Amino acid sequence: MRNIFLFIRQHFTLLAFLVLQFFALWMLFKFNRHHRVTFLGVASEVTGNVNKQVDKIDDYFNQGEENRRVHKMNDSLLNLLRSNFIFPDTSRQLVTDTMMIDTVRGVRRYSWMPAKVVYNTVNFEKNYMQLDRGASQGVKDNMAVLNSDGTVLGVVVNVSPNFSQVMSLLHVQNSVSASLKKTGESGNITWDGRDPRFLYMKGIPKNVQVKVGDTVVTSQHSYNYPPRKIIGRVAGLGTDPSTGFYLLKVRTAVNFTNVQQVFVVENLHRDEQVQLEADTEKKIEQQKRPGR
Amino acid sequence: MSDLLKNIIRLILFIVVQVYVLNKVPHLHRFIVPYIYFLFILWLPFSVSRLGLLITGFVTGLTLDYFTHSPGLHAAACVLIAYARPFVISVLIPKDTTEFNYREPSPRAMGFAPYMIYAFFLTFLHHSYMVLLQWLQFGAFLDMVIKIFATTGISMLLIITVELLFPRKVRFRTNAA
Repeated sequence: MRNIFLFIRQHFTLLAFLVLQFFALWMLFKFNRHHRVTFLGVASEVTGNVNKQVDKIDDYFNQGEENRRVHKMNDSLLNLLRSNFIFPDTSRQLVTDTMMIDTVRGVRRYSWMPAKVVYNTVNFEKNYMQLDRGASQGVKDNMAVLNSDGTVLGVVVNVSPNFSQVMSLLHVQNSVSASLKKTGESGNITWDGRDPRFLYMKGIPKNVQVKVGDTVVTSQHSYNYPPRKIIGRVAGLGTDPSTGFYLLKVRTAVNFTNVQQVFVVENLHRDEQVQLEADTEKKIEQQKRPGR
Repeated sequence: MSDLLKNIIRLILFIVVQVYVLNKVPHLHRFIVPYIYFLFILWLPFSVSRLGLLITGFVTGLTLDYFTHSPGLHAAACVLIAYARPFVISVLIPKDTTEFNYREPSPRAMGFAPYMIYAFFLTFLHHSYMVLLQWLQFGAFLDMVIKIFATTGISMLLIITVELLFPRKVRFRTNAA
């Protein structure tokens, strides 16, 4: 027993070093798997408040670009106004059947709320954004984040009471289900950690007609993202050697260095969809069991 | 100003510069991420105990980690250089300690060449370990090697710039203090 104490005293620095190393690595690997780690909630409240103050200054540098985006968005919305159209005779008016509920209104599937990016990087392999809205404003994990002009930015991975962390599209673990706007073929968007201007799209078969300049949008099947939101445009065609499918180089629609005002979008049916999928899997598994 | 207060202010400045200036520079190249914050650990006074160094290193790294959403990554690297620092210093400073009574490592205290070796070695150690940890999760081996050398080069450039722009006043250890 005495020897143990002697050993500890003799190698105290080394042991302290190993303990701290172990703790740091434990945090790192745990965070990479779950995006959750001890004190992260408290820490992001603190960093969030500092970031928010610094961001006030930072805003002035991106204001022009931001104004242009918002103005374009307004333009596209103004174009949708009823007063721009001449409607046919009321007796021949088209009626949309909303199927689920028999009222004039449809069923809301996506709910949007505004937020502000307070910290954002593009230089790393794993880039995160911090938003100034959190759990107490209704932000939850897996909500989509879209730029002020409606293009895709990322997905919420962690929330603290007043701030939330977003995994940007520029994150090597990120994977978004996307489709080509023209043909509707769906594939997967990933990032290789190299150039923040380009993403890669996999899973498009070679028989599909793809041209440089085609728009890539979020797919209809995504649980997180609202459908048909622009991700980017095809900038180069390549072949994925492992599958023989296309490997499309996609130029992002967003300039990630100057994002400012964003939308956080909640899929109100997400829980139901995830639940349904899990239940289906369970059911199929049960049917496959021998002896039935 | 006491050493403690001075170093706390230094830590805050280094973290602010790292988080709001260097992390936000427009993308230069995928191998280049400028790092300077660990210079704080290199500048700590000689008098800090080894355990003190380890804890300071851990806190420094963790502070940056919480800003960059990478809990543990920089903390691990900082603890490593904090652990290695006393060994490097003991090799590089003159053995005759009666002559040597400077407070903290600086080009003037250690001599320009030994100080640069000291800075280079710890920078290299910090980046190697950090890039290795990143590589374990993602990336190619060759990329990792290039990245270590590229980031070390950029960091050394920054360190030399900082040393030239802000020469610290050499303060002697005296009996009065």
